[in-house]
Amino acid sequence: MAYQENIETTGAPRGRSAGEIAGDWYRRAIVLLQWREASITLAGIALVIYFQWTSPYFLSADNLGVLGQFAAATAIIAAGEVMVLVNRELDLSVGQVYALAPLVMYFAQQAGTPLPVAVVLALAAAAFVGLLNGAITVGLRVPSFVTTLGMLFFVNGFNLTISGGFPVQPEAGAFWKTLFGGNIAVQVAWAVVLVVIFQFVLTKTRWGLHTIATGGNPIGAAEVGIRTGRVKIGNFMICSVLGGFAGILDAFRIESVDPLAGGTEIMFMAIASAVIGGTLLTGGSGTVVGAFLGAVVLGILKDGFTISGVNAYTFDMILGIAIVVTMIMNVHISRIRAGGKP
Amino acid sequence: MTDTNPGTDVLRGEHLSKSFGAVRALDDINLRLGRGEVLALLGDNGAGKSTLMKILTGFHQPTSGTLHIDGEPVTLQSVMHARSLGIEPVYQDLALVDELSVFRNMFLQREITRGGALRILDDRAMRRAAASHLERMGVNVPSVDVEISKLSGGQRQAVAVARAVYSDARILLLDEPTAAMGVRESALILDVIRRLKEHSDVSVIIVAHNYAQVFDVCDRINLVQDGRITFDRPTRETSIQELTGLVVNEYRSASEAVTG
Ligand SMILES: Nc1ncnc2c1ncn2[C@@H]1O[C@H](COP(=O)(O)OP(=O)(O)OP(=O)(O)O)[C@@H](O)[C@H]1O
Ligand SMILES: [Mg+2]
Repeated sequence: MAYQENIETTGAPRGRSAGEIAGDWYRRAIVLLQWREASITLAGIALVIYFQWTSPYFLSADNLGVLGQFAAATAIIAAGEVMVLVNRELDLSVGQVYALAPLVMYFAQQAGTPLPVAVVLALAAAAFVGLLNGAITVGLRVPSFVTTLGMLFFVNGFNLTISGGFPVQPEAGAFWKTLFGGNIAVQVAWAVVLVVIFQFVLTKTRWGLHTIATGGNPIGAAEVGIRTGRVKIGNFMICSVLGGFAGILDAFRIESVDPLAGGTEIMFMAIASAVIGGTLLTGGSGTVVGAFLGAVVLGILKDGFTISGVNAYTFDMILGIAIVVTMIMNVHISRIRAGGKP
Repeated sequence: MTDTNPGTDVLRGEHLSKSFGAVRALDDINLRLGRGEVLALLGDNGAGKSTLMKILTGFHQPTSGTLHIDGEPVTLQSVMHARSLGIEPVYQDLALVDELSVFRNMFLQREITRGGALRILDDRAMRRAAASHLERMGVNVPSVDVEISKLSGGQRQAVAVARAVYSDARILLLDEPTAAMGVRESALILDVIRRLKEHSDVSVIIVAHNYAQVFDVCDRINLVQDGRITFDRPTRETSIQELTGLVVNEYRSASEAVTG
């Protein structure tokens, strides 16, 4: 939004030399680049303008709902993935936890548990998966890529086993159904609230500070007494719980608990969102808001192409290019931010 | 400060050994540090100085041997445990986080927080305290808000030393605190140590390669060679020449052993 103001105010140069104006623009560009979420915001604005121009239907309430359906769950998972990535780790299993949590909720309900308790049990199951991911990675020194890859297959098999491979229907009264995302507006609200909370956690709390320190300098963090293992385990649990919660929200919206829902598709979308949003895989640096914007941009791309009649294969090609290009931009922008140092 | 009155020793290590797999980094070390004393640890690369320091900070646990603090035997469980006993380190690698600002590094793992269990960072209080402390110490940084990655090697070291001094420690462990520093900055750090000595009963162990530099500030000198302490004498009873001679002799006998 600040960017649009800039366009307006510099649009009318009154009696100033071209050099002055260029200098102004240069300073503004630098200020903009200081802002970590700059590239993804610009990309988002440009895409909205483009798609609205090609199809006036793009910004209609109906279509924004469709966009929200894609972006909300992805953004919630991406928030958790950012916490793990800042720790210099990776969670590949979160897409299966996304399917596991609603299944646990469903079976708990079948066993006679009231819905709120069933949701808590489902999130506890998700947290347990995160605990295992973290404990194996930290305690047994297995790279998290491997730990969570194994967990991906295990939980997938587990989901199919307990469900017999068939989708079931979640049961809830109107109130609970709405609260847990049966309405897309509520689901988007959940995403926004969770993103704000975790951006705050990452940048303004001791937990976030220790997360950055653990990822940025693991040995140094341990040397000053930070329990880096605990921090990592905690963030794996956060990521899993957010994945499970996103799965519950989507289950109520779609009115189906599918053991094959989510999976690697939503996990890679969440990681892609984090990466194009400005989170580096090298640890110590990341932004939850950026990942949210990343999820929105991916949603815009997907949805915009659908409206314009571009097929899914083309979408994947463009997504692939977008991930690499934004990563290149992020690396170079960080370099500019760091004062020209490589 | 004599051996007959060990009660004045704030820190004592007896028969400390440390092995990393097949590497025996420390071999039966006996070490003592008197109250208010500045002890210099000198020795070649790989002699075991940093390993000894990391045992004293609770980062490594010794393979065998015991530690006494104020005459009481203790087993340091963790860095935080050592810190709670007033032991404050400056590690050779500095333990700073590049991605964090100067003030956040200065308060790393002893943050000022509000909001109870939420542990919300009180950035304003930390920023103010860090700025005034650095200014009092005469440490020069552009601002306490800049990221550590933007500081020079010497500035980073100064921040790490300032962080340790800020903590009101009883025992300061400095591992090559002036290695990357220019003349002005090293003088500043050594001056800080001198001032601490005059105005408090802080005890200091300082690891150094530059004998001449620490010679002026330390009360006693230990030489670490090959995981052992081979020389222990008050500074006034030795000289730079003698120390240099010791190291060169060892080098000679080592090379004779190889060639002859
Ligand atoms: N974490 C570790 N794992 C394995 N070996 C180690 C470890 N830390 C130190 N060592 C070994 O222990 C020995 C002593 O190392 P140390 O770092 O204590 O030496 P130093 O006296 O501090 O040397 P320098 O002057 O170069 O800093 C070396 O042989 C080193 O390779
Ligand atoms: Mg060393």
